[in-house]
Amino acid sequence: MRIPVSWLTEHLEFAEAPTPEELAEAFIRIGMEIDDVRPLGPVTGPVVAGRVVEIEELKEFKKPIRFCQVEVGPGKINGIVCGATNFVEGDTVVVALPGAVLPGDFTISARKTYGHTSDGMICSARELGLGDEHAGILVLPSGTAQPGDDAVELLGLDDTVLEITPTPDRGYAFSVRGLAREIACAFDVAFGDPAVVDVPEAEGEVWPVHLEDGAGCARFVARQVSGVDPTAPTPWWMRRRLMLAGIRSISLPVDVTNYVMIELGHPLHAFDASKLQGNLVVRRAKSGEKLTTLDDTVRVLDADDIVIADDSGVISMAGVMGGASTEVGDKTGDILLEAAIWDPASIARTVRRHKLPSEAAKRYERTVDPALSPVALERAAKLLHVYGDGGIKPGRTDVGTPALPGPVTMPIDLPDRVAGVRYARGVTARRLGQIGCQVEVSTGDDGATLVTATPPTWRSDLVQPADLVEEVLRLEGFETIPSTLPPAPAGRGLTEQQRRRRTVSRALAEDGYTEVLPFPFISPAVFDSFGLIPNDSRRNTVSVLNPLEADKHAMATTLLPGLLDAVQRNLSRGQKDVALFNIAQVTLPRTQQVPVPAIGVGERPTEAQVASMLAALPQQPVHVAVVLAGHREHAGWWGKGRQADWADAVEAAKLVAKAYGVTLRVVASDLAPWHPGRCAELRVGDWPVGHAGELHPKVVEALGLPKRTVAMELDLDALPLNDNRPAPIISAYPPVLLDVAVVVDAAVPAAEVAAVLESGGGDLLEDIRLFDVYTGEQVGEGKRSLAYALRFRAPDRTLTVEEATAARDAAVAALAERHGATLRA
Amino acid sequence: MSGANDPYDPKEVAALAPEALDAAVQKAREAFAGAVDLDALAALKSAHVGDRSPVLLARREIGALPPKAKAEAGKRVNEAQSAVKKAYDERLAVLQAERDERVLREESVDVTLPWDRTPRGARHPITTLAERVADVFVAMGYEVAEGPELDTEWFNFDALNFGKDHPARTMSDTFYVAPADSGLVLRTHTSPVQARTLLERELPVYVVCPGRTFRTDELDSTHTPVFHQVEGLAVDKGLTMAHLKGTLDAFARAMFGENSKTRLRPHFFPFTEPSAEVDVWFPEKKGGAGWVEWGGCGMVNPNVLRATGVDPDVYSGFAFGMGLERTLQFRNGLPDMRDMVEGDVRFTLPFGTEA
Repeated sequence: MRIPVSWLTEHLEFAEAPTPEELAEAFIRIGMEIDDVRPLGPVTGPVVAGRVVEIEELKEFKKPIRFCQVEVGPGKINGIVCGATNFVEGDTVVVALPGAVLPGDFTISARKTYGHTSDGMICSARELGLGDEHAGILVLPSGTAQPGDDAVELLGLDDTVLEITPTPDRGYAFSVRGLAREIACAFDVAFGDPAVVDVPEAEGEVWPVHLEDGAGCARFVARQVSGVDPTAPTPWWMRRRLMLAGIRSISLPVDVTNYVMIELGHPLHAFDASKLQGNLVVRRAKSGEKLTTLDDTVRVLDADDIVIADDSGVISMAGVMGGASTEVGDKTGDILLEAAIWDPASIARTVRRHKLPSEAAKRYERTVDPALSPVALERAAKLLHVYGDGGIKPGRTDVGTPALPGPVTMPIDLPDRVAGVRYARGVTARRLGQIGCQVEVSTGDDGATLVTATPPTWRSDLVQPADLVEEVLRLEGFETIPSTLPPAPAGRGLTEQQRRRRTVSRALAEDGYTEVLPFPFISPAVFDSFGLIPNDSRRNTVSVLNPLEADKHAMATTLLPGLLDAVQRNLSRGQKDVALFNIAQVTLPRTQQVPVPAIGVGERPTEAQVASMLAALPQQPVHVAVVLAGHREHAGWWGKGRQADWADAVEAAKLVAKAYGVTLRVVASDLAPWHPGRCAELRVGDWPVGHAGELHPKVVEALGLPKRTVAMELDLDALPLNDNRPAPIISAYPPVLLDVAVVVDAAVPAAEVAAVLESGGGDLLEDIRLFDVYTGEQVGEGKRSLAYALRFRAPDRTLTVEEATAARDAAVAALAERHGATLRA
Repeated sequence: MSGANDPYDPKEVAALAPEALDAAVQKAREAFAGAVDLDALAALKSAHVGDRSPVLLARREIGALPPKAKAEAGKRVNEAQSAVKKAYDERLAVLQAERDERVLREESVDVTLPWDRTPRGARHPITTLAERVADVFVAMGYEVAEGPELDTEWFNFDALNFGKDHPARTMSDTFYVAPADSGLVLRTHTSPVQARTLLERELPVYVVCPGRTFRTDELDSTHTPVFHQVEGLAVDKGLTMAHLKGTLDAFARAMFGENSKTRLRPHFFPFTEPSAEVDVWFPEKKGGAGWVEWGGCGMVNPNVLRATGVDPDVYSGFAFGMGLERTLQFRNGLPDMRDMVEGDVRFTLPFGTEA
């Protein structure tokens, strides 16, 4: 909220007044955010009050232009051209005379314009640096000033506006009263409470009010002022303060309610009593009930909205906005003032439902001091009496019993123990007293000193010892808390899982992949471009109710859409070869969706409750995926590059598995979006953990990717965390190297051939490496030749060629038996 | 037979005469010196070192000498032979060195030619920043806790003392999961891991949790709907706000240098009481060293402890949280947060594998 320093400090007794900057610093120190410190003006030179003597309308221009004779000093008349029309002859205005300098280094001089010499300028509030109002010029109430009076003093331009955002738990701080009290605490100075107002005994009820909904309305107070002069202007001092608080002046009754709201923090509403029909009822709206609000909008009400109704129906959205039918207008003389305490949560819901934030609702949402209702009413009624000549009726309606904050007891040294500070004796009691608590010190059963604080009516946020502790700590200053490291706990370091994920990330980056972090929101349509069959499990997604992009409402079940999106973006920005990776959670709905149980927060939930809550969550395993488009090795002065191919994708998967100390089995597969003949399923044992290979040409085309784009995706959480404690035995004896070429059916996978050779070769076979693949006439139709380099070695002796040959023959024999392999001639 | 002082034996063979041998050696030396390369030297080898070289031919004549003279002649021949060999070896070494040097010279390349045949990759700076933060806290004895990104409202709000009508729960802040009453949200902060940790682990706990979080902010230069936070939580006997401050100061020094420090400003969060906003003193701030808003912190609200079965009369704790995107943005002076999320490799590559 915005508040001028002069208003803020009106109730404070400083020995030496702090500067606006010091006030701002103090607010920050005790926990109020400062958004702006804005000095008014600056205005220098002759700026004076003037009286408009005569207005000549100049008709020959496209827009209305006036040439005015303005009295700017005793007997001194200046001719001034003005484009505003919101004033009449006799009005008191503010004139910047030639030589004056207005905010923004705006120098005023006599100049010829619209065929006349303008000897000065009639100013708007904004031109004077007073506020944002620029709809017309500033017209002061008559009698406020005499022509020639210095405007700087008259307008109080030697002032500064602070814009303060209190935290949402501190409803009391949305007022001059609350903020001034905070400053009194921060500077340890005396505070005169503006809410100390004489509230006379009521003589009966002033208007019948029925509280049908006590939960929605804790208190409803009404007071009536009759015979208010509808033409009475708002006094300048009040208009000025409202203007500086950012509130537009409307009429005396409305200005008074706003003024009291800013001053005391209690919103008020003024009804035109002559338009009220019968008794008032406070209730919830009936679903579908309608109300035309003050902004001339028809609102369809919800059964949760609290309303005030009379015999005619709903007349006000309680605490949020009044109705048009009972609005105070320019003929209103009989005013019923309402001060009520509304349920904060209900108000918040109504504001959200109708998207109708207001100054009143802002305060109600954050709680309003319930003891203040009659006080605020009295203050408003008196202002209407003084400035509108109204008569305050003797009766007062006051229904409802608001709950007041109860006492909170804590060990008196709790603030010391929470802060880690030894505060001076008496600090806790003093600070709690300073914020308005009634404080008692006692001795507990165990001999400890206790403090019991009964919070003031405006501090309903103080409900537990921690709340009191915070008050003591913040007012003593967080900067007085020392910086001490706690003793280091015996941590166990990163988990295996965490360490391996890091290794995967590093290995991929070092292998040429660049990490991207795509959003997990995808459009289900992407699965059509992927060519997924209708019941593919990846189509089964969790949906976000309120996505930022309407079509991207699904939580990713695979990382590929996000990665391919990033590939496309890079390509569209001119990259040719792109290798990306992403490690992230995916969201996989459970086959059986169970609801989240209702669990309270007063105590630890049972194990069963926790288990059922966890069972209601989708599975969210961490996946890793890579996409490679273009060249895996660049072309250059050294020669040609190498196009990325399916094997690179499989290699990336193996790299990941290696980081986990796991060997992947590669099995031919056929899964969209991969190429049906170039898709590898990756397994740990018999357990599938992911896929790799070239993308389907149709997918590549549909997504506008470079030909032969390849991809891999693995479920990292499915990779076992092997102990990985190898104990290699290194033989120092020489190896025997033998080559063998076998001819098998082309359909037999190379991985299978190698596996059979490996097991057939026995323990002496140390290493096997495929060095040539041949198909063609020499081996016959449907066959292929695979040539392997075999390395044999014995752990305990020099192996003879005969032994090695026997082992090789055994390997080939095993392959012959299993797959009908023959040795290539 | 002649004595030691006998005059020279007329029967002596001319080839074994000292003058003849000296001449042969001299001739060989001159020849070797004249060899310009190893091939030329090799061509001279048989003529001067081989079986038919003058010195070796002379050796054959020794047999014809009287026994008395044999030893002396043999010695002379040996000396001559080794002199020739030495001359040969020396020339060979010189020529080999010349050849080696020439070969290396000929093999020299332009080492400034560019070589980027195998492309380089990089890790996202948010990842490496998260690891760095984790490492700082692991070094202080903390462990790294994790939790799901899609979580229950109970963990994300209820257990953290958010009232049923708290504005953060609205759809204008939080992503909700269908159907409307699912009770599931995309976590709006890493704080649900606080509640999970307190339910799952034995006390005391000291954990740090970096992770991905979600809020319904439109993407712009300083906001992204998907971002990363790091959360810290310590619950133990006797923990104070001074400990919180000490921990944050140590964290700040580890991240921003020895001259960094933190400042706490009172604030409000439902899950901590007292609460504070954390400013960090950033020596390399654009336009000069100064305070930068860094995150939130506070003493764990007793209501959070109660909801997770921890006795607030016995245990106390502190918690803090920072946005990693924001930290990266001010630490590195990055103008636009969108660059962090769009996945343009030109953004990520300069960060390498360890930022």
